[in-house]
Amino acid sequence: MLSYPFMQNAYMAGTLIAIISGIMGVFVIARNMSFLTHTLSEIGFAGAAFGIFMGWQPLNGMLLFTTISSIGVGELGAKSSRRENSITAISALAIGLGILFLSLADSNASYATGILFGSVIGISRANVVQMVILSVSVLVVVMVIYRYLKFDSFDPVGAQVKGLWTRTLSVVFLVLLAFSVSVAAQIVGSLLIFILLTLPAAAAKYFAHTVGKMINVAVAFSLIGVWLGLYLSYVTNWPVSFFIAVIEVIFYFSALVYQRIRA
Amino acid sequence: MTESLLQLKHLSFAFPDKLVLKDLNYDLKRGEFLSIVGENGVGKTTLMRLILQELKPTSGTLRFIPNRQAVPVGYVPQFRNIDAEYPLSIQDFVGLNFAKIGVPWLTSKERQRVNKILAETKLFDIRRRPLGQASGGEKQKAYLAQSLLDKPSLLILDESTASLDPVAKTELLDLVKQINQEQQLTVIFVTHDIPLARHYADHYLFLTPGQYEAGNISELTNEKVGEMNDA
Ligand SMILES: Nc1ncnc2c1ncn2[C@@H]1O[C@H](COP(=O)(O)OP(=O)(O)OP(=O)(O)O)[C@@H](O)[C@H]1O
Ligand SMILES: [Mg+2]
Repeated sequence: MLSYPFMQNAYMAGTLIAIISGIMGVFVIARNMSFLTHTLSEIGFAGAAFGIFMGWQPLNGMLLFTTISSIGVGELGAKSSRRENSITAISALAIGLGILFLSLADSNASYATGILFGSVIGISRANVVQMVILSVSVLVVVMVIYRYLKFDSFDPVGAQVKGLWTRTLSVVFLVLLAFSVSVAAQIVGSLLIFILLTLPAAAAKYFAHTVGKMINVAVAFSLIGVWLGLYLSYVTNWPVSFFIAVIEVIFYFSALVYQRIRA
Repeated sequence: MTESLLQLKHLSFAFPDKLVLKDLNYDLKRGEFLSIVGENGVGKTTLMRLILQELKPTSGTLRFIPNRQAVPVGYVPQFRNIDAEYPLSIQDFVGLNFAKIGVPWLTSKERQRVNKILAETKLFDIRRRPLGQASGGEKQKAYLAQSLLDKPSLLILDESTASLDPVAKTELLDLVKQINQEQQLTVIFVTHDIPLARHYADHYLFLTPGQYEAGNISELTNEKVGEMNDA
């Protein structure tokens, strides 16, 4: 299987995606941003469709849309109760725009399904290189601001008292999230990207009690999901995102059951 | 104990629909243990938020000596959203306060400091327990431990002892008092518990709607404060 270049690319990209998602996911969960992550992926879909319409790489369209909107959401303020409804409205607009751009672009339908559901065969070596650059940038920034991010995500009251620049932090975090969503969507597809960015971390919470360990567990869960998903997809020819979704859901519910049994 | 740490001059604060503090003057000295009392809704927490610079005075000034940067503040707030599923261990929660640019993990020196403060707050034996599963009193101790971690010069306790049993209350305040005396930690203790205030504080600030009174703690009596709404 790994003698095919497209599978090599898929495994390389998948590994990166799993690592980034596991790390970012822990903060997404701590900051209660599952819903927002879902919306960002829909915005990513609109961006990718726009990219195709413009004749760019879909990833670039995605980066453009998700980054701009993540900064916009940061401006909406972290605690506004209006935020949830605004986000729903933005989602609706994003999906509408995505559909419009796709129908305006003279591309075939497989492009659209690729964006929405992800694909294994669509990943070129050039894609992988770009994804490596993006992922490494996300990782480096997370490393540098790790302690601030940890404090602000796991104890916003304490971080505020400490005088951390919490507003700036949340915008920086959203931009990192935009990058992660765009990278991850390449394999999993924008419909299911929030799975990798939420479920492994949500499950990890029940097995680990330090931020570092939660990250390890979440990365492990998403790596297993991606690697196994790619393999099963190769063997059965079914979509990879289906397998990833099922595997991560199993992890999540096992974690809940584990928690019940222990309590 | 004559050096000032924080000076409030003609400090007033109003929410859009409500005047909360009016022309407040107070000179908080380094190493002072000040108790702030007053009925519910009189503006105690608001005053703390002004000190933390979460709110800006409507008029008057609030000045740290020599400046805000030189006065690290620890704050144990009245409310904190830690639910039963909160995953971090007490140890990891306390260590969050080492927030600076640096290696992602805590250095051995930092871990030693965390362990020391856990021992002092009597949390060392339960340090691996998820904070979400700790009792109310244990949570309060963890908040205190976190705020003491980076050796603040000013510690603000906003009704931090209200949910504690008598023994835990004494334990917690004995510790605070000890650091107050040994290391000149300045303490602002917001409470409804007059006997407790009398036992630990040097001075009091008694807020009433639109007015206030300050003085030596021995002058603070139950009669003066009158019927307090809760204990
Ligand atoms: N964000 C806000 N907007 C408008 N009014 C507020 C706000 N926060 C507090 N208030 C009002 O300001 C007054 C002072 O509130 P504060 O929380 O400072 O009281 P407190 O003295 O700490 O009371 P308690 O003993 O109940 O903790 C109250 O009447 C409260 O309703
Ligand atoms: Mg209060």
